[in-house]
Amino acid sequence: MEIPYTVEARPDTGLNNVKLGIWLFLASEVMLFGGLFSSYVLLRVGAVEWPQGAEFLNIPIGTVNTIILIASSVTMVMAYASLKLGDFAKYKTYMLATVLLPVLFLCIKGYEYWEKVSHDHLPSHSTFLAIYWTMTALHGIHIIGGIVVNGYFWGPGSKMWHIKREMFENRVEAAGLYWHFVDLVWIFLFPVLYLL
Amino acid sequence: MSGSAEEVRKHIATYKKVAGALGVFTIVTVLASYLNVPIPLGITIALVIALTKGSLVASFFMHLSEERSKAIIWTLGLTVVFWFVLMLLPLFTMSDHIGVHKTLPNANAATEHAEEAH
Amino acid sequence: MDNVTTAEGIAHAEHAGHDEHELSFLQAYVFSQDHKVIGIQYAITALLFLLFGFTLMMLMRWNLAFPGRPIPVIGNFLGMANAPGGIMLPEFYNQLGAMHGTIMVFLGVVPLAVGGFGNYVLPLQIGAPDMAFPRLNMASYWSFFLGGIVMIASFFVPGGAANSGWTSYAPLSVIATDGQTWWLIGMIFLITSSLLGSVNFIVTTLQLRAPGMSFMRLPFFVWAQLVTSFLLLLAFPPLEAAGVLQLMDRVADTSFFMPSGLVTGDGPLEISGGGSPLLWQHLFWFLAHPEVYVLILPALGIVGEIVANNTRKPLWGYRVLVASVIFLGFMSFIVWAHHMFLTGMGTTISTFFQTTTMIISIPSVVILSAMFLSLYGGSIRYTVPMLFALAFLPMFGIGGLTGLPLGLTAPDIHLHDTYYVIGHFHYVVAPGTIFALFGGIYYWFPKATGRLMNDMLGRIHFWGSIIAINCVFMPMFVTGLAGMNRRLYDGGMQYAHLQGVLEWNQFMSYGAWALGFFQIFFIFNFFWSIRHGKKVDDNPWQSTTLEWQAPSPPPHGNFTTPPEVHRGPYEYSVPGASSDFSMQGQAPGAEPAKV
Repeated sequence: MEIPYTVEARPDTGLNNVKLGIWLFLASEVMLFGGLFSSYVLLRVGAVEWPQGAEFLNIPIGTVNTIILIASSVTMVMAYASLKLGDFAKYKTYMLATVLLPVLFLCIKGYEYWEKVSHDHLPSHSTFLAIYWTMTALHGIHIIGGIVVNGYFWGPGSKMWHIKREMFENRVEAAGLYWHFVDLVWIFLFPVLYLL
Repeated sequence: MSGSAEEVRKHIATYKKVAGALGVFTIVTVLASYLNVPIPLGITIALVIALTKGSLVASFFMHLSEERSKAIIWTLGLTVVFWFVLMLLPLFTMSDHIGVHKTLPNANAATEHAEEAH
Repeated sequence: MDNVTTAEGIAHAEHAGHDEHELSFLQAYVFSQDHKVIGIQYAITALLFLLFGFTLMMLMRWNLAFPGRPIPVIGNFLGMANAPGGIMLPEFYNQLGAMHGTIMVFLGVVPLAVGGFGNYVLPLQIGAPDMAFPRLNMASYWSFFLGGIVMIASFFVPGGAANSGWTSYAPLSVIATDGQTWWLIGMIFLITSSLLGSVNFIVTTLQLRAPGMSFMRLPFFVWAQLVTSFLLLLAFPPLEAAGVLQLMDRVADTSFFMPSGLVTGDGPLEISGGGSPLLWQHLFWFLAHPEVYVLILPALGIVGEIVANNTRKPLWGYRVLVASVIFLGFMSFIVWAHHMFLTGMGTTISTFFQTTTMIISIPSVVILSAMFLSLYGGSIRYTVPMLFALAFLPMFGIGGLTGLPLGLTAPDIHLHDTYYVIGHFHYVVAPGTIFALFGGIYYWFPKATGRLMNDMLGRIHFWGSIIAINCVFMPMFVTGLAGMNRRLYDGGMQYAHLQGVLEWNQFMSYGAWALGFFQIFFIFNFFWSIRHGKKVDDNPWQSTTLEWQAPSPPPHGNFTTPPEVHRGPYEYSVPGASSDFSMQGQAPGAEPAKV
């Protein structure tokens, strides 16, 4: 017996396994970042003083990074739409952009980190910097994970399109859902850390 | 997302609009942060904008606006409920001070206030 | 070597029936993606951890019974840093205490109940060929395994294993020895494992049900596992967040859980301060209370299966049971702060959590009552699994009822952190959950091996264990009410108010060692029966659920013909039916496949 509904949707749930799986995973991710955001609020309201993000962080750089990440989310969704239209070449282009944009994001992030380290603004400096480092680093790990997955579906994994087309579309959809979630986390992280 | 090429093209048109909106909101929230408003108002503005952006991503890029699966909707609904419970942690921690006419955020502040009182 | 591989290959081919491609030994038994192999891997690893965790406790009980006296024989092997001259140091006692809790909960009971039984039985019971994501399933096991290795290895780092209790309360845990860092890393592996596992369980249950297996036809065990998986999925991540924060506190000198102005024996700490120790407790218990239900729900599921099967009548109030389990799971997310009444959290919120705690006891009582009512009027078969299931009911009842005073803020002031608490939750988990798990092992052993476990040895194991375990835990209520603190390494001999109850310490220790002795019967029985147990057919208990329709042991892919479900899970003694059990896969009117 083969495992059913790996590709096609189960009639009564209207889902294939992959899609349900990725949503469940994202639900747990919501709780993971929820725990961190909650800690942030608790530590902030309990603090005697809390710096404005701008005292330590570079808002223009953060803004550029936000735009970059949103752009990669857009290219991701375009890559998936191209697949749906059967345009594999376009998919490749969009997916490449989806892989390269977060690499750029990480380079800029790396520069920011380097700047912090050179000013001795390490996590042990203050609770604000501690939470900044922890949350952005954890988000960064998620970005790296996304780059690996998307890179795989751009490169070696994309061969599957020619063999099992529907399965490949499902996988890209799941990777996309994850990627949008990572973007979504940053959409909250950016104002919380940089602007408030 | 499923369906014909026609539908996909419609979706693409939506994506473009959403992308534009996300860009605009990003600029707006950054500009708003430069305004000299009281901190609580600033936090509200930033969170409202972030929430809007987040909903746009979830609804259109993640296709939640057209999600019909009960399993997903219930799971996410449950997650949202527990997420709110989780976000009550600060309240639970500070609850000692509900209805008490002083702010006692932490030990340091406590001693400061105590000194003021004396 | 070649011969061995071929022999294994043939053995496997026999096992697998119509399995297409031959798997190497490593693929078939080590890095297997078959849910049954993974389930057995989980179960055996978890049983070993349970034994290890139990051994730690037996060592601790020596020091509680005979404080300051050298441990006979074993004491010489514990090392100078832990037990010079065989006499246990307080620091070592603390390590044993912290690791006993961690190992029993995170490496023993949960992996056995969810990883072991869930993996093995759940896909079979819903008529699925395997779990939805076999590779994730394998990753889940190996992540668990790595986490376990890290935990065990932490005993050998300087300063020994984690020693701040299984709860790892900050700031103590942040300034503790290196073992705590290992503990945190181990926990991150374990959390990843249960995350992968829970996604897999939920998808499997929702997606891979056989045709006709509607939600209201799911065996109660499947419901229990489904709710458990949701608890793991949504409650564990906040602890992961907390673990990351504590790791940062320890490694990067941050102050998430460190308040300002902390002074240790070496003077004031050089930290930025401003953190909140309460935050750790909140995040920890946000997981750890649902975790209590992760421990108990699968056990309830197993007991439900065994009770229905051995009373030969349907489980009483199936729908009520299902509703109660769902409600229990939901409520378990909003009771956690009843562990924190004495933290200075504030009376308003304490009252809130007291109320929710009283509410959550209602579905627990409903479930227990339904199980008791299921016994009424049944012609009970006192098989070994049934003995364990029957013992579970009153034991869990004692555990649950003694929990009520702890959930009320006023008595908790007296009882908090005493042996009363230890007695309470051990009654829930040890003669409760672990007994149910033993019952499950005896019950499903013939499915996994095709052979029954020895009945006589099983009965000795049961009666010895039930008597010994009550000797261990019942006196704890006495000593706890007398005010004996749970973390005293000498059993409280320095306290005037405890002099009257100290004698119980020795009694409890003898009970613990007797309990250890009776496990030998189980261990021997387990391994002996794999080869020499009585051979039985596919459905030795004459059960109704789908797993008994598959061959024993089930081949790769589980069922010889794709099952189809025609009826509810517990159709025992249906009036007018030709036998006293109607299997779920049996078409209406058809004779049972094999009696």
